[in-house]
Amino acid sequence: MFDTIAKLTKVSGVSGNEEKIRNLIIDEAKEYVDNVIIDNIGNLTLVKKGTGKKIMLSAHMDEIGLMITHIDENGFLRFSSIGGIYKLIALGQRVIINSNIHGTVYFEEKIKSYGDLNISKMFIDIGVNCREEAKKIVKIGDVATFVGEAVMANKNIIAKSLDNRAGCAVLIKLIKENINTDHEIYYTFTVQEELGMRGAKTAAFDLMPDLAVVVDVTSTGDIPECPLMEVSLGKGPAIKIKDSSVICHPIVRDLLKLAAKKNNIPYQYEILEFGGTDTASILLTGGGIVAGAVSIPCRYIHTPSESVNLDDLKNSVRILKNFILEVK
Amino acid sequence: MENLEYKKLLAELTGKTSVSGYEYKFSKFLKNEISKYCNNIEIDYFSNVIATFNSGLNLKKKKIMLTAHIDEIGLMVKSIDKNGFIKFTNIGEVDPKILLSQEVKIHGKRELLGVIGSIPPHLIENYNKHNVVDIDKLYIDTGFSKYELDEIISIGDVISFNVELISLNSNYISSKALDNRAGICTLIGVMNELKKFKYYNETTFNFTSMEETASAGVINSSYRIEPDLAIVIDTCFGKVQGGANEDTFVLGNGPVISIGPNFNSDYSKQIIKIARDEKISHQIDVEPGNSGTEAWATQISRNGIPTLLISIPIKYMHTPIEVMNIDDINLSVKLITNFLMKQ
Amino acid sequence: MILEELSNLSGISGDEKDIRDYIMEKIKNYVDNIRIDSIGNLIALKKGKNSDLKLMLAAHMDEVGFIVKSINDDGTIKFATIGGFDNRILPGKKIFIGKEKKPGVIGILPIHLQSSARKKRVFSLNELYIDIGSDSKERTEKIIDIGDYISFKGNFKRLGQNYYMSKALDDRVGCSILIDIILQTELLDFDLVICFTVQEEVGTRGAEVIAYSEEPDAAIVVEGTTASDVPDVKDSMTSTKLAAGPVLTIMDRASYSNKNLVRFINQIAESKNIKIQYKNTVTGGNDAGKIQRSRNGVKTAVISVPVRYIHSPTSVIYEKDYINTNKLVFEVIREFSFNKI
Repeated sequence: MFDTIAKLTKVSGVSGNEEKIRNLIIDEAKEYVDNVIIDNIGNLTLVKKGTGKKIMLSAHMDEIGLMITHIDENGFLRFSSIGGIYKLIALGQRVIINSNIHGTVYFEEKIKSYGDLNISKMFIDIGVNCREEAKKIVKIGDVATFVGEAVMANKNIIAKSLDNRAGCAVLIKLIKENINTDHEIYYTFTVQEELGMRGAKTAAFDLMPDLAVVVDVTSTGDIPECPLMEVSLGKGPAIKIKDSSVICHPIVRDLLKLAAKKNNIPYQYEILEFGGTDTASILLTGGGIVAGAVSIPCRYIHTPSESVNLDDLKNSVRILKNFILEVK
Repeated sequence: MENLEYKKLLAELTGKTSVSGYEYKFSKFLKNEISKYCNNIEIDYFSNVIATFNSGLNLKKKKIMLTAHIDEIGLMVKSIDKNGFIKFTNIGEVDPKILLSQEVKIHGKRELLGVIGSIPPHLIENYNKHNVVDIDKLYIDTGFSKYELDEIISIGDVISFNVELISLNSNYISSKALDNRAGICTLIGVMNELKKFKYYNETTFNFTSMEETASAGVINSSYRIEPDLAIVIDTCFGKVQGGANEDTFVLGNGPVISIGPNFNSDYSKQIIKIARDEKISHQIDVEPGNSGTEAWATQISRNGIPTLLISIPIKYMHTPIEVMNIDDINLSVKLITNFLMKQ
Repeated sequence: MILEELSNLSGISGDEKDIRDYIMEKIKNYVDNIRIDSIGNLIALKKGKNSDLKLMLAAHMDEVGFIVKSINDDGTIKFATIGGFDNRILPGKKIFIGKEKKPGVIGILPIHLQSSARKKRVFSLNELYIDIGSDSKERTEKIIDIGDYISFKGNFKRLGQNYYMSKALDDRVGCSILIDIILQTELLDFDLVICFTVQEEVGTRGAEVIAYSEEPDAAIVVEGTTASDVPDVKDSMTSTKLAAGPVLTIMDRASYSNKNLVRFINQIAESKNIKIQYKNTVTGGNDAGKIQRSRNGVKTAVISVPVRYIHSPTSVIYEKDYINTNKLVFEVIREFSFNKI
C-alpha cells in the first residue's frame, strides 16, 4: 500500500491538470478491468463488467495547487490558488512547476501582520533573475504543486496530496483484489473535485449507477486543542453520515456498517461540519442516485504533510470489498 | 367532500418528526394520510412522496407539479462524553440563541427525552452577558450514563424539539415545523377541494425531502416528474419586530405570491389576476434573485420548468415556537385551487 | 405525586396563591394551628409536649417568572423578569399569562434576517417580547392586563430512569418535603413551626417577616441549590453535584450556618447512612440569611436538594437526592433536641 501511495503522491495532478495522474492510474490497473472510459471532462472510469447492480466507486484524483498568473520583471512568479490553500502554511514551502522546475513560496516582507497576508502579496522564487529567463521555463497558466514526498511515521503515512491519492490507492487496491461478484463495478477517478465537485457530476450522469460510494479523506478530532469531531486516525474508516453539502443515503450508510460489523472491521461515523465531497454531486444527479461515502481519516488536510494511517487504508479496502459482496 | 379542519391536521402533521435526511417514517405516515385523495402514491429512494391526482376525467395535456417539502430543521448527535452529556450539530439553519433550556427528543433505538444546557454563566471566565453561547458549548442532558446511552443512541441520530402545537389567541397557532407543515397542510387542502370539482389536469403532488439541506429531494424528484408547470408551496417570514417591511409579511393577510426572475412571469400575472378577480386576500413578494426555496432548483431542472412560489407567512422561522394564522391556509387553498381549475 | 403537582402549579413571587391553596389543603388536618400572614406566608404549627422552645422549618413557595409591563402597538407584550434569570434562555420559549393561563411565545427575529453582528449578540430583555397571536394593542388589551403574572408551563417529567426535569424545582422540592414532614411527624418535645414563605426570589422578603413574627430558637431551611456538575466546569468550581446526596451549606452570601446545628445534622446523616455533600462554593443565598439575623438572632442551617439548570424551565434533580433530603430532614426533626446544638 505504501508503495502505491508513494507513486501516486509523487505525480502532479492539480485540478484541471489530471493527465499525468490519470495515465499512472491506467497503467497501474488496466490489466485488471474490462474497459477503460475517459469522458469529456477527463474523468477516468475502469469498468469491471457484470450483470447485476451497477455500483460506482469513486475517488477524485485531482489535488490542490497553485496557478502562475504573472511573471514580474525580476522573474518572481505571482499566482492564484487552485482549491483551498492555507496562506500561512504555504510560506516557505517548496513547490514544483511542470514536474521539473523547483521554487519557494514567500511573501512581501513589508506586511506588518500575518492577518494582512493574502495570495496577491505572495510569490514564487524559481531562482532566475529576470522575466525573460523565467519565461523560458514557465508560462502563465502553468501549475505548481507543493513538495511532500511520502514517508512513514510509525504507522502513519505523511505526504502531500493524500487528499485524495489515499482514496485512489484504496480503489486501485480494490481493483487488484479481483472481487468475485456479478455486479458491474465502475471504479471512477474524478477530476476537479477541489474546484467544486465538478467531475463527479458528469461521471455519475454518464454511468447512472444503482449505488455509489465516494472514497475521500476527512478531518479528524484527535489533535491537540482542535474542534470536537468523533473521528480519529487509526480507528478505522469513517462511514459518512453527513457533511456540509449532503446527508448520505441511509441505504449506503447501513450497508457499509453491515459490511464492517459482519467482518469485524473497525469503523467510525463521520459528521463533517465544514467541507463537502463528491457525494453531493452524485446524489443529486439525473433524478437522484443512492450515494454515500467512506472517508479515510486524515490530519492536516490541504497541507504538504497530510497524514493517514496505514491500517485505515487497508480497512477501507476491506469495508468496500465486503460492501460490494453485501449488495443484493 | 367535507371541509378539512386545518388546525387538527396541522397538530397531527407537526406532532411527527421529519428531520432532513430522516424523513422516511413521516413519508409513510403522509402516504397513508393522503391515500383517500390519490390512488397512485410512490415513496421514492429519497423519501419523497409522489402522489398522482387523477380525477378519472379525460385529461388535458398539461402536467402540473405541486411541491411542498416535508423535512424540518433539527439537531444531530455528534459525540457523547464520558459523563453522558451529548454534543450535537445542527441540521438546517438553527439559531443557537434559542437552544438553551429547550426540551428535545433524541431519536435513537428508542426516543429519549433530554434538556439542553451549558456552563452556568457565573462560572464562565470573563463572562459577558451579551455573548451568544455557541452551539459547540451546548450539550444535552438525558439523565442516562454514557454506558446506557451507547446502547440506545449513536452518532448521527437526529434530535427534534419536544413541543406540541398550541392554540394562541383567535386563529393563531404555535408549533415547531410549521415550516413547512403549513405547506403540506395547504396541499392536502387543495386535494380535498379538487375532489369537489371537475378537474382535467394531470397533477402530481410532490412532497419532498431534504429541502433544508441543499433541496436534494426536489432536485431529484422534479427531474423525474418533468412537469410543464411547478408550484412550490413553502413558508416565508412573518412580520416581526426588527424585520424589514419588504422582507416580511403580515400573518392572516393571505398567501404571498413571489415575482422575479425565479418565477414564470405569465403564470405569476395569471395567479395575481385570479386572486384579484376572486377577491382572495394576498400579498406580493418581489424577489430579485434566489428565492431560497425549492423554486430556485426546480426552475432549472432538465430543460427548464416554469415555476411559481406561493408562501405562507410564519413568525420565528426555525424555532420551536413558529407562529402562523390558520386563515392563511384557507386563503392559500382557495387561491391555488382557483388557479388549478383555470389551467 | 406531590412534587409533580406542586411543580406544575405556577407561583411567581408575589403571586403564590395557587401554591398556598394547594399546600393548605394538604396539611390543614395535620397541624394544630394554621395562618396566612399579611404578606402571604403560610405558617403551620405542630405543638410539642413543651412549648418553651420552637424549631422552624422553612421552604419558599415562589418561583422565578415574568410580569406584563406594557403592550406594544403591534399587539405584542413587553415583560419584566421576576427573580434572577439568565436572560439567554428566554427566546423561543412558550409561556402562560395571567389567571387564565393564556398561552404565548417569546419571539425572536429569525436567524435568516439577523445581521452577522446581530447573530453573535444575545437578545437583551428590552429586545424581547411575547406574542399571543394578536395583531393590535386593542386585541391584546381585551385578554391581557398590565401586571398579569407570566410563568412557564408545568412540564414535570421523568428524565432518564433516575432524574426528574421540571420548572420551579427551586423550591417546590422544599415545599414537598415540608408537607411530607407535617404528615409524618409524631408528637415532639418542642413546638415545630413550618413556614411556606413568599418572595424568596425577589430578596427573601417573606422570611424576614416570618422570622420576626415567629421568633424561632432555631431554623432549618429546605432549599433547591445550584448544581454545576456539567461539562466545561472545573471540579474546583463545582458547587454541588447531582447523585451525591443532600447538600449542607457552611456559608453562602447570605448566611453562616450554626456550626453545632450543622454538626448535629451531619451526625444524623452518618448514623442513618445518608450520604451528604457540603456545598463547595460560597455563592448564592436564601431565606436563612434573613432568619439568622432576625430579632436577637436565630441558629440556622440549610439542607438542600442539588438542582442543575436552576431557574430555568428545564431544571433537573436526581430522584434519590430528593428522597434522601426528605429522609434526612425527617430524621433530624425526629432526633432533634435543643440541648444537642
